[in-house]
Amino acid sequence: MSTVDVLVRGRSPRRPRLSAGRIAEGVAIAVVVLFVLLAVFGPLLAPHDPTATNLAYSFVGPVAGHPLGFDEQGRDLLSALLAGARPSLIGPTGVVLISVLLGVTLSVLCAWRGGRTDAGISAGLDILFAFPAILLAVLAAAVLGPSLTAAVLALAIAYTPYVARVLRGAALRERAEEYIAAVEVQGQSAWLICTRHLIPNLAPLIAAQATLLFAYAFVDLAAISFLGLGVQPPDSDWGTMVAAGKSGVLQGYPAETLGAGVCIVVLVVAVNFLGERIAARRWRR
Amino acid sequence: MLRFVLGRLAILLGALFASSIIIFLAVQIAPGDPVTTLSGGRSLPPAALENLRDQYHLNEGLLAQYWHWMTGLIHGDLGHSIVLNQSVASAIAERLPVTLELVLFAGFLIAVGGIGLGLLAGLRRGILDDAIVLGTAVAAAIPGFLAAVVLISVFSVGLGWLPALGAGSGVVGRFEHLVLPAAALALSGVAVVARITRVSVREESEKEHVETALARGMSNQKVIRRHVLRNAAIPITIVTGITITSLVALAAVVETAFSLQGLGAALVQAASDKDIALVQGIALVLVAAFLIGNTVVDLLYGFLDPRVSLGARAE
Amino acid sequence: MTGPLLGVEGLRVTLPHEGEQQPVLHDLSLAIGAGECLGLVGESGAGKSMTARAILGLLPRGARLGGEVRFQGELVSGLHGGALRGFRRRVGMVFQDPRAHVNPVRRVGEFLTEGLRQQGVSRAEAIERAVAALAEVGIEDGARRMDQYPHQLSGGLLQRVMIAAALVDDPLLLLADEPTTALDVTTQSEVMAILDELRRARGLGVLFITHDLDLAVAVCDSLAVMYAGWIVEQGIAATVAGRPSHPYTAALARARPRVDHAVARLSAIDGRPASAFYVPAGCAFAPRCPHAIQECEAVLPPLQEVGAGAVRCIRAGELTDV
Repeated sequence: MSTVDVLVRGRSPRRPRLSAGRIAEGVAIAVVVLFVLLAVFGPLLAPHDPTATNLAYSFVGPVAGHPLGFDEQGRDLLSALLAGARPSLIGPTGVVLISVLLGVTLSVLCAWRGGRTDAGISAGLDILFAFPAILLAVLAAAVLGPSLTAAVLALAIAYTPYVARVLRGAALRERAEEYIAAVEVQGQSAWLICTRHLIPNLAPLIAAQATLLFAYAFVDLAAISFLGLGVQPPDSDWGTMVAAGKSGVLQGYPAETLGAGVCIVVLVVAVNFLGERIAARRWRR
Repeated sequence: MLRFVLGRLAILLGALFASSIIIFLAVQIAPGDPVTTLSGGRSLPPAALENLRDQYHLNEGLLAQYWHWMTGLIHGDLGHSIVLNQSVASAIAERLPVTLELVLFAGFLIAVGGIGLGLLAGLRRGILDDAIVLGTAVAAAIPGFLAAVVLISVFSVGLGWLPALGAGSGVVGRFEHLVLPAAALALSGVAVVARITRVSVREESEKEHVETALARGMSNQKVIRRHVLRNAAIPITIVTGITITSLVALAAVVETAFSLQGLGAALVQAASDKDIALVQGIALVLVAAFLIGNTVVDLLYGFLDPRVSLGARAE
Repeated sequence: MTGPLLGVEGLRVTLPHEGEQQPVLHDLSLAIGAGECLGLVGESGAGKSMTARAILGLLPRGARLGGEVRFQGELVSGLHGGALRGFRRRVGMVFQDPRAHVNPVRRVGEFLTEGLRQQGVSRAEAIERAVAALAEVGIEDGARRMDQYPHQLSGGLLQRVMIAAALVDDPLLLLADEPTTALDVTTQSEVMAILDELRRARGLGVLFITHDLDLAVAVCDSLAVMYAGWIVEQGIAATVAGRPSHPYTAALARARPRVDHAVARLSAIDGRPASAFYVPAGCAFAPRCPHAIQECEAVLPPLQEVGAGAVRCIRAGELTDV
């Protein structure tokens, strides 16, 4: 039921510093930081050489010194998982950077110029909306040859309309604000106004979008790698590891798939949670 | 209302047209000679290459090529698959039923399971609600390909209840073979729909017009049905529709994982084999399905929310 | 029927806030007879809307209600289920923002008739009564309007529809929560005229909630002025507004800008309105009161009778020029 007439201000006992929500946030941030560190230092932290194959050990279970056992090519699973962090995270980072860059540029252009520029760009973006990201990536793989780069570019292009549309609305609202008009009257150039005033005020929204996008890109790229159209051998990310582990699953050795799967799910849950919290913070401002 | 429907259909046609251009241009964008792309980099005898050139009218201008391609499309000629050595159209026709069954089955699970769980969580409070919120948060993070392999691990290898790969035969056999794939495909969709259902129901029940109905002495049950659910149906329907439509693309991953001979798996295989004509044909079909699905959702939105179809005109 | 149509005695409401029950309404008592209009006046946050909701039992989850509300002599505070619904049907409520309070995806006709239909009234009769109610609020082409959607009507029109909906159940009492605040001035006077006419024609008791003292004086027989969840002054409308006994009422009256002569500076009340959760030991208005003495902040002022009304101020008797 709606509460009317009640102002939640005034003298009231302070909220406890540590609530369940804050603890969860802390955990999520810690998880993300951990994964980033793994991406940077992964191969160095691995107890064994992640590329050393030994087919005799294919899918063998945990052994002394190898707590998780081996993957389909006899590599130490733990080391392979740790080393898999870097290719798994670089792709989504690239996708987010490119699509945010393009999205911000396009949406600001639309908001600033308005009129035909806006109509034209919006129409173009609406067309791109027709393409599910994975489809575009498969198309790119077919035409350009399967590679992480092709997949990243395709996903970035597929996501850009989404980013641009969300930001366009906010950019239009910011554009109409008084302070922009004030700065315009002062004679500042469009470029300066956009970079110094407009975009910084969109920053919280951009941050929330980027976080959400990272989760999508991460999952989509893993799926594309799973299909064999993303990261190519000898490199492997968690997506290819799930695929490679499938034959192990059929033989009753699910360790590789589960290991990669846990990494994927944990990261996605953490990033999604953080994305929601960032978005919620914005509204509470 | 009619204007609204016609408008949406016009947009659909425009988008279909534009998408066909993008798919057509994909071949041109690729580095190197279009012939190389079309032949998939295979070394073919000169006669075969000439054949390709003729077939795709590569000696003529870009616009002419597009024209030939489009007219061919309309007549049902989608080109020839190099790898399968059959017409793209027949290859698609063979594989369409599997994909259709899979998507429909998964769509059914998403609609019934997602909305059901969401209502359970949204209309009550307590442990069930918390459990569903937690469950959906995790399930939403499990991508289709992972769910596929995990389900195989648990239900096929581990428990031996259901078959792992292939399509099976006979009505029961085919159904059995579809259960796990449909479940894998539907899992994250169920989570997404459940969450939006729960949130929408909670939000609507806090709205002021619900207060009005209560103030007039209407029973809780009536108010929930007539006002909360009726209004929440709008965002719920839209999200469910969009989620099911996006299954078109996600099916490819699940089909591959379960070795199902569907359109998606064929697309992935064709991309891998560089069978460009087949890639283009299937991509067209899938994008068209996606666009049509989204248009249907748009139209549904218009029917459910009079502010959209009638326009906001105050008198 | 013994006593007034609506009798509120010592109403207290607390709301759950950050783990505790915080009081938002204190010791409220008022009475409305058939055909009478009582104005409830105060700033935002004073608890006016909360009072109306408390009467109907529409409080948020976790709220606690103390004191008594009697309707036609029967106790209605604390009712549940069917009995509560029955009571609500005999009271009409008009809310402040019609756009938010009317379901946007259902037709106007459905909005008007759904209450009746739930009671088993036939469709034909319900429509008839709805069209009649629309005519009462000045909407002549009722049948056409019934087929339209809320977003196709202007704010003023929609508010009239809300009033018609409140009337279609033939209530005995009408609670109007700032019914004209969201409307422009011209429409405001139209809607006020309709409300006044209806009150006379049907002999309705009306609780008129507003922040506009002038408006209240124009249409109400008696006034109750609220501040921070307390009634600080009650009495005949003209007296309370013309010769206020409570410093807050006086300050409100003084703060109204006048069109007939110019002043150098608009009079305003110092400080900010107290939040609903502000519960001091003494008088809630003391920090802002120009006549406050030390005792004011220490002692809760009781409601004292003054002439035909009542005032909650320990200095009420002494202050001649408030």
